[in-house]
Amino acid sequence: MSSLNNKEKEIMDLETVLQKLENTDGKQYWRSLDELAQGEGFQEMIQREFPRQAAEWTDPVTRRHFLTLMGASLALAGLSGCRPPGGKIVPNIKDPEGVTPGKSMFFATAMPLAGYGNGLLAESNQGRPTKIEGNIDHPSSLGATDVFAQASVLGLYDPDRESGLTHLGRPKSWDDVVASIKSELAKLPKGKGFYLITDTITSPSLVDQLSNEFFKDYPEVQWVQHEPSASDNGIEGLSKAFGSACQPIYKVSAADVILSLDADLLSRGPAHLRYTREFSSRRDLEKLDKMNRMYVAESTLTNTGVKADHRLALRAMEIERFAYLIAFYLKVDDVAEPKGLSAESRRFAEIAAEDLAARGKGTTLVIVGDEQPESVHIIVAAINEKLGNNGKTVSYIDPVHAKPGERSKSLRGLVDDMNLGKVKVLFVWGANPVYSMPADLKFKEAFEKVPLRYRMGLFHDETSRLSHWHIPDSHFLESWGDVRAFDGTATVIQPLIAPLYFGRNFQELLSGLSERPNRDASAIVKDYWKNWYEAPGQTAIRSSVPFEKFYRKSLHDGLVEGSRAAIKSVKLLVEAVRAASKKFEASPEWKEGSKDNLEITFRPDESVFDGRFANNGWLLELPKSTTKITWDNAAIMSFKTAIELGVSLKTEKRPELEDGVYRSPASSFGFTGGEHGRAYVDTIKLSVQGRELVMPVWVVPGQPDNSINVQLGYGRERAGKVGTRDVGADVYKIRTSSDPWNALGLKAVLTGKQHILACTQSHHYMEGRHLVRSGTVAGSIENDKWVEEMGPEAHLAHEGHGHEGHDHKHDDHKEEQGKTRLSMLPEIVSEKYAYKQHKWGMIINLTTCTGCSACSIACQAENNIPVVGKLEVTRGREMHWIRIDRYFEGNPLKPNQLKAHYQPVPCQQCENAPCEQVCPVAATVHSYDGLNDMVYNRCVGTRYCSNNCPYKVRRFNFLQYTDYASVSMKMVNNPDVTVRSRGVMEKCNYCVQRIRAAEIEAEKRGKLKAERENRALDRAKDCQIQDGEIVTACQAACPANAIVFGDLKDVNSKVAKIQKNSGKFNYSILSELNTNPRTTYLAEVRNPNPKLVSSGKGHA
Amino acid sequence: MPQAFPRYANVLTWVVIIGSVVGVSTLGASVMVFARTPYATHKAVAYTQPVQFSHAHHVNGLGIDCRYCHNSVEESNYANIPPTKTCMNCHSQIWVGSKMLEPVRESYRTGKSLEWHKIHRLSDYVYFDHSIHVTKGIGCVSCHGRVDQMQAVYQNGTLLMEWCLDCHRAPEKHLRPRDQVFNMSFKPEDMTQESGSPHTQATLGSMLRTKYDIRSLIECSTCHR
Repeated sequence: MSSLNNKEKEIMDLETVLQKLENTDGKQYWRSLDELAQGEGFQEMIQREFPRQAAEWTDPVTRRHFLTLMGASLALAGLSGCRPPGGKIVPNIKDPEGVTPGKSMFFATAMPLAGYGNGLLAESNQGRPTKIEGNIDHPSSLGATDVFAQASVLGLYDPDRESGLTHLGRPKSWDDVVASIKSELAKLPKGKGFYLITDTITSPSLVDQLSNEFFKDYPEVQWVQHEPSASDNGIEGLSKAFGSACQPIYKVSAADVILSLDADLLSRGPAHLRYTREFSSRRDLEKLDKMNRMYVAESTLTNTGVKADHRLALRAMEIERFAYLIAFYLKVDDVAEPKGLSAESRRFAEIAAEDLAARGKGTTLVIVGDEQPESVHIIVAAINEKLGNNGKTVSYIDPVHAKPGERSKSLRGLVDDMNLGKVKVLFVWGANPVYSMPADLKFKEAFEKVPLRYRMGLFHDETSRLSHWHIPDSHFLESWGDVRAFDGTATVIQPLIAPLYFGRNFQELLSGLSERPNRDASAIVKDYWKNWYEAPGQTAIRSSVPFEKFYRKSLHDGLVEGSRAAIKSVKLLVEAVRAASKKFEASPEWKEGSKDNLEITFRPDESVFDGRFANNGWLLELPKSTTKITWDNAAIMSFKTAIELGVSLKTEKRPELEDGVYRSPASSFGFTGGEHGRAYVDTIKLSVQGRELVMPVWVVPGQPDNSINVQLGYGRERAGKVGTRDVGADVYKIRTSSDPWNALGLKAVLTGKQHILACTQSHHYMEGRHLVRSGTVAGSIENDKWVEEMGPEAHLAHEGHGHEGHDHKHDDHKEEQGKTRLSMLPEIVSEKYAYKQHKWGMIINLTTCTGCSACSIACQAENNIPVVGKLEVTRGREMHWIRIDRYFEGNPLKPNQLKAHYQPVPCQQCENAPCEQVCPVAATVHSYDGLNDMVYNRCVGTRYCSNNCPYKVRRFNFLQYTDYASVSMKMVNNPDVTVRSRGVMEKCNYCVQRIRAAEIEAEKRGKLKAERENRALDRAKDCQIQDGEIVTACQAACPANAIVFGDLKDVNSKVAKIQKNSGKFNYSILSELNTNPRTTYLAEVRNPNPKLVSSGKGHA
Repeated sequence: MPQAFPRYANVLTWVVIIGSVVGVSTLGASVMVFARTPYATHKAVAYTQPVQFSHAHHVNGLGIDCRYCHNSVEESNYANIPPTKTCMNCHSQIWVGSKMLEPVRESYRTGKSLEWHKIHRLSDYVYFDHSIHVTKGIGCVSCHGRVDQMQAVYQNGTLLMEWCLDCHRAPEKHLRPRDQVFNMSFKPEDMTQESGSPHTQATLGSMLRTKYDIRSLIECSTCHR
């Protein structure tokens, strides 16, 4: 059959499916395009628990070789089993003060990312930082963390950081490098010709050091901040709109209606954790009438778009027009009606504007992403002014980072100077410009023209390789420093451990160049804050506490009181809006996109960010929230664009292309095929202004047509052992400095070759049952039983009645349910387990969950979960204990109708657990407080439990995934959790180590109390664990408060209260199996505008 | 046709069958027995330590409380091995010239830790917490034996799981009043019942079990996580 016929067939298939979709009653959820297309192979694949051949030994190590190895190790194991090695006890010389051996301690610190700090509490186990939690007092954390903070401990111990201080490859000392820089500076008059490139800097003490010491001594030194993931468009636009540079701060919780224009409010930017918390606080199922509403127009599917009540897929280039259209509908002065945009978009704008206008002054919020051009920021400022939001839901502060607005502009000047030979010495701290500069600047060539190049960085990376000097930097967990948050709040960064790889501090280097050398970073930071404390503005603080006490408190709290930036009083300049509006009117007319003139959008990656985390296995293996791809990036395009470009929608290996696997070692992947997690996708050649890049394609419904999204940070040439080989494509190679975010004129041509993507998307298919139950506020008020009615019990009850059964009165349900609740599992729970004291349970709120995956990686850090690598993920063997399922709903050919849903799935801790009943060695058993204990040392690896688990939450160590070899990787492990070896099953256990620790504390507390009062112990009263005393790792990390854990027996616990108050939204998945899960869900409730809801589809 | 098997094959068959059954079970049994021998469990094996520290002398002779050195036993899972500083608290004043104490002084001088031979090594995958046992009225002696009589410390129990479970199934066997936990020579007979007759471990244990409301925790996740 010719390929054309094939394609026709595919499209026909698609149409059949779409027709099916049209004709089905109720909601259709689907997760992958394969699933939607229902390929034959797919049906077979999903029937299997673990993918075909997963149990077979398919690695290059042969079975015979393996048996040889096993024989040897068995013999050894036998011997060592008899007499375990005694080991040594090596006590301290002096015990450190305040440390109880065996107890972990928490220290407040902050993680700088793209310059901005997020407040953290770092857990230290006998001097080893092992886990990161959020700092509840810190304004941007509020107790939550993001994936980068969670993964930072792995980055700390990364053995690839070991590089040594070198000059031309030879080891040198710190004094050598300081002397060398000093002598170079002495040669240059006032430092002319010395250039400094850094990341974005918000650190007050560093800015002070630079401006008051370094630049005073060497005033001609040029300084450029390079931040490939950040844009200054917002600051530029607002400085025009208000006449002075400013940065917006939102009060999301005060907004009843939010309109987000290509701004990923909930998962990007220095304050996204706070905004997520605020947003979810207005999505309270107990206060349905107070629920906010969010309209999103965006250029690629983000978590914000997934959570939106109404989402419009617009090309990034159309956002500006859309913003002006909104402004026009809101009657902002001087805005004429923009032409163009599809009728659907115009209707969306009209209704959104109507909704915004109908609300009270200052109760709405319009936000725009920094990637959008200045003029959008100006018009959005004007819209917010019109809506009375400025000063209410939006306030403005002076930009927090140093030299605002110059980050992107100064790059070209720098490269010109380098080419002209003006740059005699270049010092690069942090940033990796050789890798991450836009391609048109040809930075690498210019860099090599500079006569002397210093590099201080965490890794010996692309930039270090081309530098004369490499100076190892220190990780934020091993050095002193300070950093400001989005609102200016400063945190002093405390080191948790001495530098592991001889890293040094940049501030110490600067100090070495000054008149006061030999100050260490802690003194530099403390001196700065002492001066700050003694400044005239701080009289109030000075009069209340002495400095030492103040500083200690600042360290303890993780923030410096009084350091928050003041809210500026700003006035919108009418002329600026008029000028922007005029300029917009003069811009070229709107044209519908076409496949010959595609748009490309560049965004930082969810996992590796701008490339700085490219060697972090936890992040690389974390499935990205919307695509579920691991270990790779891909060109994201819509269904329609993909069909137009001829992309195959099936993710199966094409036989005629057996050897055409792009950039993947065919030998290691060639053994098995067509399994879970392995997607054979087409690769495409993207060309922008003559620069070309080959990338795999991934089709995401919800991506606007004729727009392709790519993610920064992959394709590193020198990231380390983990991130260097075959990990994604480097899109910096097609990024230009003039259009770093959104560019038109993209050509895309299929290469005819395939690439394997490791994607967890089509794993764990749940047979289309109503796992995610989604409805609306209006629907819930009308019928508060909809969640239950969507469930299988209701359907079972109507067996034989046909679909008209939906109209039955509810009383009938109950009666019939009793009859039809059949189970193959014996009803043993209630008799055997009384759950006298505790009954642990968890509720996951799908209304607030934003799919950010922080829970997944927090769990990985807490529970010593190994990384398995791309090859193993393609075999469906990823190990995450809590996965986040993502379902799509709607017609994939209409991106604007798309709805997506997230559902985190950990072990459900069934009371009547199918896994327990099949384990031949009782390695998984029920505990007195209702946990499904997993006993690793009993497990013999039959995998029966996993076979019998309807939720597919058990994970098996098919191979030796845990790294026992590298010393530093041992240090990252949580000492309270067993490190699992090959052949052992594992799964979520509600962080049982935390439960038992809290239980022990409560028992001790109660015992001592009873003793003091000289009476017998009353366990129920004395040893009660307070609600909130046990916080699971996933719960602690969640910025949306979507996960609540607690004691279901305690009527006052949060989890019990939610079950009671939001009972009508509470359901368990696959409840018809009578497994009686302890983890239950709150249905997803959205608040759509009735005027925008398309023809009454869906249950509620 | 000649016989394929000689006559003695009849006997041999039975010998082989019975022999292999007996052999396999003997082998199994000997593994089980072997695992319980001091050779495998390290029970009652003493080691040469860098310093010949005598618990008998310090505890019994001088009357130093366990918690002077093992200071985190009531708060933490780990009882703590004292730092060199703890030794030097006294030995910078007494026995300052003793040859026996030279390694201690050297450690304090050079900042290099003493390396003690580990005596009690729990199996892998077990999380044991000292503080809860001590708080609940399990004396040091119950697990560690009469350390106050040991010149060189040795392991008193087998540290096998059955040994732990023995007490976890019936805690009353080892319970004692809270204030007697660190008393190495405590005997239940020293206490009197309400009736006036002396206690036995059985009566004292069951009385305390009720009073302290001690549960029998034999869930896997109590110790294995």
